[in-house]
Amino acid sequence: MARLPPPPPSSEITPEARYLRRREILKSAGLFVGTAAALGTGLVALTGRGRRATVTAEPLPPGLALPTPGPPPAPPGSAAARDPFKTDEPRTPYEDVTTYNNFYELGLDKEDPARNTKTLKPRPWTVVFEGEIKKPQRIDIDTLLKWFPLEERVYRMRCVETWSMVIPWLGFPLGKLIERLEPTSRAKYVAFTTLMDPEQLPFQLTDVLEWPYREGLRLDEAKHPLTMLAAGLYGKSLPGQNGAPLRLVVPWKYGFKGIKSIVRIALVEKEPETSWNMAAPREYGFYANVNPEVAHPRWSQAMERRIGDLDKRPTLMFNGYAEEVAHLYAGMDLRMFY
Amino acid sequence: MAASEIPRGAGKLGWLSPAIVTGGLAPAVVLVIRAARRDLGANPIAEAMNQLGLLALVLLVLSLAATPLQIATGWKWPIRIRKTLGLLGFFYVCAHFLVYAVLDQSLALGAIAADITKRPFILVGFVAFVLLVPLAATSTAKALKRMGFARWKRLHRLAYVAAILGIVHFVMRVKKDLTEPAIYGALLGGLFLIRIMDVALKRRDKRGSMRG
Repeated sequence: MARLPPPPPSSEITPEARYLRRREILKSAGLFVGTAAALGTGLVALTGRGRRATVTAEPLPPGLALPTPGPPPAPPGSAAARDPFKTDEPRTPYEDVTTYNNFYELGLDKEDPARNTKTLKPRPWTVVFEGEIKKPQRIDIDTLLKWFPLEERVYRMRCVETWSMVIPWLGFPLGKLIERLEPTSRAKYVAFTTLMDPEQLPFQLTDVLEWPYREGLRLDEAKHPLTMLAAGLYGKSLPGQNGAPLRLVVPWKYGFKGIKSIVRIALVEKEPETSWNMAAPREYGFYANVNPEVAHPRWSQAMERRIGDLDKRPTLMFNGYAEEVAHLYAGMDLRMFY
Repeated sequence: MAASEIPRGAGKLGWLSPAIVTGGLAPAVVLVIRAARRDLGANPIAEAMNQLGLLALVLLVLSLAATPLQIATGWKWPIRIRKTLGLLGFFYVCAHFLVYAVLDQSLALGAIAADITKRPFILVGFVAFVLLVPLAATSTAKALKRMGFARWKRLHRLAYVAAILGIVHFVMRVKKDLTEPAIYGALLGGLFLIRIMDVALKRRDKRGSMRG
């Protein structure tokens, strides 16, 4: 029979209460960690949106060449320095231009369109020209892009939400297209429509806005040399989130006027209905000219944050293009026609 | 060993409040790390403001869920973390306001004053913030004692008003899609419903016992 080991001295025996408390502490520690982790993870998941999508730049479609660079810009301050088509302000990084987008058809958060753009197929693509023109037609996008040489334009873009970017667009002046379509004397406005296809633009299944997205310009605004149709940016194809394969760029107006993924351009007699104006007429006017003096009902428009900056900067009248476009609105009350 | 050796207040649920504080502050830590790593997207200030505002609203709604949860389940622990959740919510409200005033508006007092007076969206958010200040200031046991429970309780009903204003502020901020604020509005509505039903039932019981 084995002999029992001698009992430990009483000084080494853990008091029962302390022994029980040790178990209690371990259990409490476990509950503490579990609860803290659950609440912390839940809150982070609720608020912290995931990482940005990685965007790879696609080359231009075959047959399209980059414009040859013009002469170097005149030294700043000289009389010839002002070139509204090429601001020398620092360009917003490609990554920011292509991952911070409002394109509700591809999602409501700024990072959503870049993430969800895979469903949008920019080829094959046809655009319809109709209405008050002598040459209504339906045309393939690649044919259209060969009608006019591509030009690079570095424009400021000011969003109605008080942020702004500087973007090198690639495209052609809308005025040249309008000229070629030969408007009739009844044409007073241009109406644009985005593709309507929930399979490619899944958020068209929601009723956030009345789809398809619609925009419009007065004919003189559309024919202004600053107004362009863009098919690329940074020398590359336009990514889906930026409105592939064809979008409008009107640099003196708030960004939402720049309708994306255009399938229809019609010249019309009456002011066309426009999506944001239909959704909230008090907040988004038909003209939507950048104007630091006319506040949005919910925020001032006097300042803007250039993406990449911490400080805000004053917003310029007509986004800094007043010298070029102010005459279009001579005599108009811009508080009424905002 | 005498029970007095166990730290005061620890009790069985001593871990609960520190766990809520730790978990509740975790998103603030994540936010600071992401900001330092330039991982908040193209417009980090707007993103920080949005996240802090949402955290404030969620924590305030959670703190207002404590009493209804206790009513519905009989559990005592929700009441133990009500104050902690409320103060965490206030912490995020302050952070949200500070990011707006310091980083977004660069402390341009004129522009901030114009925002508050001219734009209902900012005004509503600001009023919610102001309403929460006396609640945070009287959140100690000492203040409760000094004020007396009835008065303290009446004052702290402002938390409902602040939460409703928070949701209104959210509704006014979104450009078009109301889904998210509607979810929080519905949650808060549900919580109110539990309280109202509870009060109604208690009143009926009281009348019944008086008749009997």
